Amino acid sequence: MPGKLKAKIVAGRHLPVMDRASDLTDAFVEVKFGNTTFKTDVYPKSLNPQWNSEWFKFEVDDEDLQDEPLQITVLDHDTYSANDAIGKVYIDIDPLLSSEAATVISGWFPIYDTIHGIRGEINVLVKVDLFNDLNRFRQSSCGVKFFCTTSIPRCYRAALVHGFVEELVVNEDPEYQWIDRIRTPRASNEARQRLISLMSGELQRKIGLKVLEMGGNAVVGYLQCFDLEGESGLVVRAIGTACTLDKLIPGSEIKEPVFSEDPTHPLSVPPTPLRTLPSSSSPPPFSPSKLCSRQSSSSDTDLSLTPKMGMGSGISVGKEAGPLKTLLRQQAQSALEQREFPFFTLTCFPPGFLVHIGGVVSARSVKLLDRIHNPDEPETRDAWWEEIRQEIKSHAKALGCHAVVGYSESTTICEEVCILSASGTAAMLNPRFMREGSVCVYSRFDDASPPSCGFCHIPYDEFNMPFPAQLTYCYHCRRQKVPDVLFTTIDLPAEAAVTGKGCLIQARLCRTKKKAQGEVNATAISNLLPFMEYELHTQLMNKLKLRCMNALFGLRIQISVGENMLLGLASATGVYLSALPAPGGIQIAGKTPSDLSYDQHISTMQKRINDTIAMNKELYNIHPPECIEEVVGSPIPDRQRSRLFRSTSESSDELSELDLSHGKKDAFVLEIDDTDAVEDIQSLLTDAPMPAGFYSCNTEVMPGIYNWTSGLQMFTSVRVYRLNNANLTNQGLNKIFTDLCENLLKSLYFKLRSMIPCCLCHLNFTVAVPEEELIQVRRHTPKNTSPILFIFPINILIKLCVFVCFPGSGENEEQLQFSMELCGESTSSNNQPTAKPSASSSERCSPLPEVRSRSLRSTRSLPCGAPVTVVKMTPLSFLPRTRIVKYLGIINMFFIRETTSLREEGGVSGFLHSFIAEVFAMVRAHVAALGGNAVVSYSMKECVFMENPNKNQAQCLINVSGDAVIFVRESDQEAIPPLITCGQTSTTGADGTT
Amino acid sequence: MSVELDVFVVNTTIMDEEVYQLWLDGYTVNDAVKVRMEGGVLEGCEASAEVLHSDTMDQYRTFQMCERLLHSPVKLANQLLFQIPPHRQVMLIERYYAFDSVFVREVLGKKLSKGTKKDLDDVSAKTGVTLKSCRRQFDNFKRVFKVVEELKGPLVENIRQHFLLSDKLARDYAAIVFFANNRFETGKKKLHYLTFQDFAFCAGQLISNWTVGALGDYNMVEDMDVDLEKEFLQDLKELKILITDRDLLDQHKSLVCTALRGKTKAFNEMEANFKNLSRGLVNIAAKLTNTKEVRDFFIDLVEKFIEPCRSDKWTAGDMRLYLTHYTNSAHVLDTFKHQVVWDRYMGVIKSCILKMYHD
Repeated sequence: MPGKLKAKIVAGRHLPVMDRASDLTDAFVEVKFGNTTFKTDVYPKSLNPQWNSEWFKFEVDDEDLQDEPLQITVLDHDTYSANDAIGKVYIDIDPLLSSEAATVISGWFPIYDTIHGIRGEINVLVKVDLFNDLNRFRQSSCGVKFFCTTSIPRCYRAALVHGFVEELVVNEDPEYQWIDRIRTPRASNEARQRLISLMSGELQRKIGLKVLEMGGNAVVGYLQCFDLEGESGLVVRAIGTACTLDKLIPGSEIKEPVFSEDPTHPLSVPPTPLRTLPSSSSPPPFSPSKLCSRQSSSSDTDLSLTPKMGMGSGISVGKEAGPLKTLLRQQAQSALEQREFPFFTLTCFPPGFLVHIGGVVSARSVKLLDRIHNPDEPETRDAWWEEIRQEIKSHAKALGCHAVVGYSESTTICEEVCILSASGTAAMLNPRFMREGSVCVYSRFDDASPPSCGFCHIPYDEFNMPFPAQLTYCYHCRRQKVPDVLFTTIDLPAEAAVTGKGCLIQARLCRTKKKAQGEVNATAISNLLPFMEYELHTQLMNKLKLRCMNALFGLRIQISVGENMLLGLASATGVYLSALPAPGGIQIAGKTPSDLSYDQHISTMQKRINDTIAMNKELYNIHPPECIEEVVGSPIPDRQRSRLFRSTSESSDELSELDLSHGKKDAFVLEIDDTDAVEDIQSLLTDAPMPAGFYSCNTEVMPGIYNWTSGLQMFTSVRVYRLNNANLTNQGLNKIFTDLCENLLKSLYFKLRSMIPCCLCHLNFTVAVPEEELIQVRRHTPKNTSPILFIFPINILIKLCVFVCFPGSGENEEQLQFSMELCGESTSSNNQPTAKPSASSSERCSPLPEVRSRSLRSTRSLPCGAPVTVVKMTPLSFLPRTRIVKYLGIINMFFIRETTSLREEGGVSGFLHSFIAEVFAMVRAHVAALGGNAVVSYSMKECVFMENPNKNQAQCLINVSGDAVIFVRESDQEAIPPLITCGQTSTTGADGTT
Repeated sequence: MSVELDVFVVNTTIMDEEVYQLWLDGYTVNDAVKVRMEGGVLEGCEASAEVLHSDTMDQYRTFQMCERLLHSPVKLANQLLFQIPPHRQVMLIERYYAFDSVFVREVLGKKLSKGTKKDLDDVSAKTGVTLKSCRRQFDNFKRVFKVVEELKGPLVENIRQHFLLSDKLARDYAAIVFFANNRFETGKKKLHYLTFQDFAFCAGQLISNWTVGALGDYNMVEDMDVDLEKEFLQDLKELKILITDRDLLDQHKSLVCTALRGKTKAFNEMEANFKNLSRGLVNIAAKLTNTKEVRDFFIDLVEKFIEPCRSDKWTAGDMRLYLTHYTNSAHVLDTFKHQVVWDRYMGVIKSCILKMYHD
């Protein structure tokens, strides 16, 4: 019994009226943990009850502490009938289990009901007393820290990076159990919420055990996903990177530059070794028993016919037949290669960690879902992922790389077909970061590769390239070979030399597919996938060239399946890397040059393209230093000429043929004879340019912009479109899809117009094609017959002052940030300048006098909640111009909301709008209760929406995660905002709302 | 292809003040889009009407969700659903409780009942304020009235604390509550020339001088700022001596006339009308014990005093001069013993009349 959990229920406020007769509520609270339940007294006739309960004590195993949430239920006491539930609060106590995270959870939590939403708030205090447990065979992993952040957290130093950890747990989905036919929607939703909460707890605990086994103390880049497989069950899986982190002593920290990937800590210990396994014969650091079971479980539900896609997006290595035995790889018998999966979920690295980048590696696999028969043996799903990871690993090897960074996994499910995808960036890591055993095997490359270009140098053998690529000498150091284009899934390394600014590049694609069932469907999908990947890749390449850029970072390709279509959306941030050669232009060629009008048509198109390129060069401030080179007359090796033959993307053999047939050099050629090319050109030119003052990227930082302010705003936007015409062609669909994305972006630009100059960072689009079957989840009869597109970007906006005189402190931004900083106290003085300030401020916090309390002043004695803490939310791993001083623990929450009065709640939009607002509120409340003032690395992993307007019903599931932190402003002056705000309240319009 | 669902949610709630005003004014989404388009909001943006429509919808939804909180503004500060910077909260509340003076003029002094609410469509047609906006304003009056009605303490202060309004707005609401409670008649044709601000000023005078609270006695009496002090109204009857005692009346007249002679062009009219005017004012005072007569307070003032003076073409200066001397001369009268009541009465009457004496 190694832990004692203590909870105290203090008070409630703003409770709903449960008794129509008296317009009041007789509320009491049930506090449940595991199988133990405590109750408070009934606080009669009040909407603002003051329970002030005793400390409820639960004596529990730390295993349970990790798995179970604390469940608080607020009820209305009813003498004659059953007590009515008002709502619930689930509190994840995991942050209290680590000594470095939060010590107490205390604050107001929204009381949430899956049918009615937020119904009042409750003030709760939670503490945990942990006893030391030295049992070696324990099942718990208390104290292992989890971070969603995909870089080394700001106030830690990575002593050791152990590597990849993964785990998955499966269960039956309560929504599909037989009992669900007789229980209420509320009970069903709550069962589901609770189960998922339990499963995530269990998953974290298991991953924690693996980390402890490896000798680590933390998981960085923790990525947890749910697969709602419907009938066949519920899968919760997670991947992460195990590390040993040392806390930096505050004060000794050197102030970090705002966006660079803090060069201070990881470097301060030069031989930061990657902990590796002692010998190649030892088992990989994953539970060995599971490995064995995997081998035995070859009887997948998977079909032999489902091919896995080995499409490297930058580089398609899947096509390579034989294993590449490059000189390099023979040398590099690094410790890394001996592990099962040398994968890293990190996207930002300490300088020097990353030696070379090979390119994007990805793998997809189409599977048929089957009911999970035994939840305790999730071997089928494990085996699926195992296969994919092996494939990724072999792709990386083909690229001459021993590791995969920026690794992520995802699924898309449509009926019983499931596409599993994994992608990452093949890379070589610095041996200095490895153990002594592997001496400088890369000395060949390592020699004086300047940090600003070293990562661009090819890791593979020049004479045995895995794919056709045009190599040139690095434009930066002139010593090593670089490819002409580089695609990666990671963030731009801070030390990289960049010309001009970056921008968001998206490729969008829609392909129709015949309706089919089971295996036929799976086959159809897997046949389509390679073409989609190829086309997305071509589009990305074209758009990249059109913007005169040569590298993509943060590439994320999402393919979603619908009943009769497939959607592909690739987003990345384009950059001009100074080390890489300048991209050639785009040439258009027609097949019948004799026709005059046709020629004219082509030349006008060509002109438009050239104009666009020139315009983009200006827009993104890309002025490659080529002319300077000539002036300086730096010796360009003759070999560089070879680069002129570079005319196609690295990956596409087909394209290179096309190119050669035309005979043009130094240009990307599009033949517009076939409709595909026309489409390509269309999509190239229909991309609307960004309005002035806006920048956008999907990575953490915007390349080429350095003067950030601390003003920031996070938003989520969801759109659902209904396609009326079911018989659309590929082209028609493509156009619609592109328009949808463009419109969404335009809409964002419009909404944020008053905030310019600003940058949309981490712009993260997600698409889905909810099909009939999904919409008609039990209780909802099928009504929708046409496919629906579903898009939601979750992203943030960071204001930046690019052209403001005072560097980093534009007036607008200051205003925004100060006003957000303010607490309620200062408002009251704003509101009531002439009132006795002390009396009025306390008055404001106290609940309104109830029962029309006769005395105003007597209510002041009631304990009143402190002013609501402002909690910032951002998908970035940092807050610009601030310093994160403490990580309080991971936030991982899952909510279900359902309504049977859709119209009354303002239709689907009203329903979802309030639900998302409620989710934000609950995240903020949890962070505030942990003592934090921000969530970093926030993401909305899942947002499943189902509706049935005819029955006036809708249901929505949302999963969010992030890291709760405490941050402080960098400069001291900024720490005393209220004074300034008082003076500025008159100019409220400046913060972007007018 | 149609947009089925379209939402945009921010962590720190963004609100466009212009759209908020349109929403408050009761514009439908489509009308609001039109107004915004005409306002040139799309200029310089590469955005279509669709984008504008979607943005307007988002904002309207946010306002609708906030509305519940705005009904008890204290909640807005400690609710968790929306993260709104404090200065925005102030703006939201202040604008939500703001009202159109044309509208308030129509319902001022009326009972804030369901019946009145039913007639709002007529008011809407008459004033040109949308019905939706009328309803909001009416409900605001009613809500403030209900909360404040049973509270002790100074009226303005109560309103300010419970609704977090600015001083000015709180005073206006105090006036509205005061008028609704005493049901002062303001709708008669003769009173049409008076604005809400005229009435609000008078209400302020009455509240601070003629109610129980006016004495600074805040002990355990409810409605002290909302009801006129009964004792004082009773005492006012004693003033009748000024017109019933012939000697006193003549004495008073001669004192006033001596003081005024040569100082104004309207002296002759003043002298001729003195007795009538004095009777008018004192009779108003004497009748105030009757609740029904209280309702006619303003109409009486206009009929018995303001109209005669206006027909004699008194200037505002004349009025001030006359009232000053009329009030002060009473102090010199030996047999007149009700100086305190007289001052309390005339102080208010004087400032009210001066405020109301315009075209």
